[in-house]
Amino acid sequence: MRRPRSILTYLLRRFAILLLSLLIAAVVLFVLLRLLPGDPANALLGVGATEAQIAAARTQVGSDQPLLTQFVSFVGNLARFDLGTSFVSKASVLGEIGNRLSVTVPLTILGFLLAIAIALPLGIIAAVKADRWYGAAISIVSQLGIAIPVFWLGILIVTIFAINLRLFPSGGFPLKGWTSFGEAAVALALPVLTVALVIAASLLRYVRSATQDVIGSDYIRTARALGSGFTEALLRHGVRNGAVPVISILGIELATTFLGAVVVEKVFALPGLGSMLLLAIQQRDYPNVQGVLFISTLLVLLIGFAADLLQRFIDPRLRGRAGAP
Amino acid sequence: MNQISIRRALVAAALLGSVAVAPLAMAQDYDANATIRIGSLYEPQNLDNTAGAGQGINEAFNGNVYEALFQLTDAGTVEPKLVDSYTNSEDGLTYTFKLKSGVTFHSGDPLTAADVKYSIERVTAEASKSSRKKSLSTITGIETPDDQTVVITLSARSISLPYNLSYVWIVNDKATDITATEDGTGPYTLGEWRRGSALALNRNDKYWGTAATNGEVIYTYFTDATALNNALLTNAVDVITSVQSPDSLAQFSGNPAYKVTEGASTTKEILAYNDRVAPFDNVKVRKALARATDKAKLLNSIWGDYGTLIGSFVPPTDPWYVDLTGVDPYDVESAKALLAEAGYPDGFEFTLDTPDYDPHPIVAQFLQAEYAKVGVKVNINIITANEWYTKIYQEKNFQATLQEHVNHRDIVFYGNPDFYWGYNNPEVVKLIADSEAAATIDEQTAKLTEANKLIAEDAASNWLYLYPQIVVSAANVSGYPVNGLNSQFFAYGIQKAK
Repeated sequence: MRRPRSILTYLLRRFAILLLSLLIAAVVLFVLLRLLPGDPANALLGVGATEAQIAAARTQVGSDQPLLTQFVSFVGNLARFDLGTSFVSKASVLGEIGNRLSVTVPLTILGFLLAIAIALPLGIIAAVKADRWYGAAISIVSQLGIAIPVFWLGILIVTIFAINLRLFPSGGFPLKGWTSFGEAAVALALPVLTVALVIAASLLRYVRSATQDVIGSDYIRTARALGSGFTEALLRHGVRNGAVPVISILGIELATTFLGAVVVEKVFALPGLGSMLLLAIQQRDYPNVQGVLFISTLLVLLIGFAADLLQRFIDPRLRGRAGAP
Repeated sequence: MNQISIRRALVAAALLGSVAVAPLAMAQDYDANATIRIGSLYEPQNLDNTAGAGQGINEAFNGNVYEALFQLTDAGTVEPKLVDSYTNSEDGLTYTFKLKSGVTFHSGDPLTAADVKYSIERVTAEASKSSRKKSLSTITGIETPDDQTVVITLSARSISLPYNLSYVWIVNDKATDITATEDGTGPYTLGEWRRGSALALNRNDKYWGTAATNGEVIYTYFTDATALNNALLTNAVDVITSVQSPDSLAQFSGNPAYKVTEGASTTKEILAYNDRVAPFDNVKVRKALARATDKAKLLNSIWGDYGTLIGSFVPPTDPWYVDLTGVDPYDVESAKALLAEAGYPDGFEFTLDTPDYDPHPIVAQFLQAEYAKVGVKVNINIITANEWYTKIYQEKNFQATLQEHVNHRDIVFYGNPDFYWGYNNPEVVKLIADSEAAATIDEQTAKLTEANKLIAEDAASNWLYLYPQIVVSAANVSGYPVNGLNSQFFAYGIQKAK
């Protein structure tokens, strides 16, 4: 009878942590944004605006109000999950984030899946065949992959595949979005490859070390002593055991992929969440900055939460614990 | 014809005021339903030019989606657009405009005088963010005696009224919020729009005037100049409205698949001193720094063979332009002598507030090296564009700054002693005020030419150079505007070869 209660306690506890994290993130965001010099009203005005126009613009965006008043209305709106409308574009923040996620989410997920598809087999080969030249080569190339900044890799990939080989567009996204499915898919090809290569490089190292641990473990030795072949022992016993640490890393890596996607969007001129955030910061468009960061924080926390649940599902030893990591 | 001569020919054509936007002779050589893809760095933030949309909305919408009573043409002349005829009273205080008949908005409503009144009041309204609002401040009343007649009364003569009305979009008075939609009279209607990416204009087949020579225009937006060039290199766009990465021009200029054209620009890179504070309140110090600046070398290091040297704030396309580059020519020895006369024989030190985007940081470093030669130490302080607006434009809390000024006919800023740079010469203030009250264009031009010479003599600011306006297109595309006046980019004459 213990298990259902502990799962409930666990879920409630995780949920409380989630809310608290969100609240802390919101406060930090609010404060950091206001510490930046400048004024959101400035983005609306140009050289030639009169003092009366400047004053009217500040009243419109509320930057003439005391900080405390601004904070109270900010938290109040957040509690009602009202992210407001952009100061500059006048568009609904939540609606615009939805549009942008239709680029960023597929980019993140496809990039992540491709990274796993690259990292899993190569990581296992690197561990199992560490004594062969190609095992060592995989490890060295993955080290190199970690050292390369993602935007630099993006520029390199554009130069090779778009400008020299003319295989894919160098950037941009179709005007009609996913309604022009083929075009949208082609537009994401190089960005996905860029994200995937960077993430695969770091993922590969975790897979390799997890595999090495499994190979050296007692249960593999026992299974082999009982007559299993090496591959059979690895598949039957090794994968499940090795998956537990890898999944917790995957949760973190998925969040990293999401952040990497934000940088890649700039290189490939994609209308995703990242480009929305960069512009909003330049313009001090508080509703947009807060909205994007709030939703991103929420997504990252949810990914962590999901990874945690998945781990408990795979490893029965974790299920009894209420305060899992 | 090689690239250079095409460029020269177009510059010459532009300056003669005869740029043919749509050559009619080749009626069958182009695809009348082509999609023209225009690459730009200036994405509009919303679709309302009085709500802080930025210069990108002028590029996409002026003349294309919205029209005005008058149009500032690509050649720089002001011509009637929605106005059929107009008269000005003897005292210059009453303008009577007759509207063209048969003009309809995209929604189908006919254009009436009430729409014109509504549209002007949108710009002068309290909530208006238009930086042009002030220039319409002499308007005291707008009457609409009938549907085709608009009578504007002024508190003082305003010779520039037709020009000023060229940036007042005529909007249907039934359209309330136009930040995400439109109702204009132009040759295009708004098609699909994806924020952060692209905006499409569809040909308006019910247009009252000559129909566009293409079926659709897609403005595609980039935040990175290299990504924009890559788009043209990979055939993802047909035209780049304004090249901002000089290094990339070599990719296009030697290649027969592209056309590079240099037109007239109104964008000036300036070192603005705070003329209120020492040592910049001293005209000798300002002149000394002007003479200590090798502007030809600066322009060449940034733009190579492109761009123009200017001796004041006025570009060659403004009617009151005169060549003033000889007033304070590059001369280090005379700069040193002037500094000594001004009481700074050993130089001085000042902080240069430098916006963090191109080309300002490079320009700041150049000036730092130049002024070191005359004993003046420059401390570079990098700030964001947003911070610039608060610190410099509003609070006027600075010694000197760098800025690019994009507008046409903006010498009037020197007639406002409260402007951020604080230049205050009563003679110039009077000339500029009087020029607006002039009875004839000749009188206005004479007064502003005089003011132009005075600001140059005073070295009111240090005018470093005029940006080039460079349009690059695929070789099969023609008929686009080559001059970047007021950031406009008329698309209706663009043709794509079959």
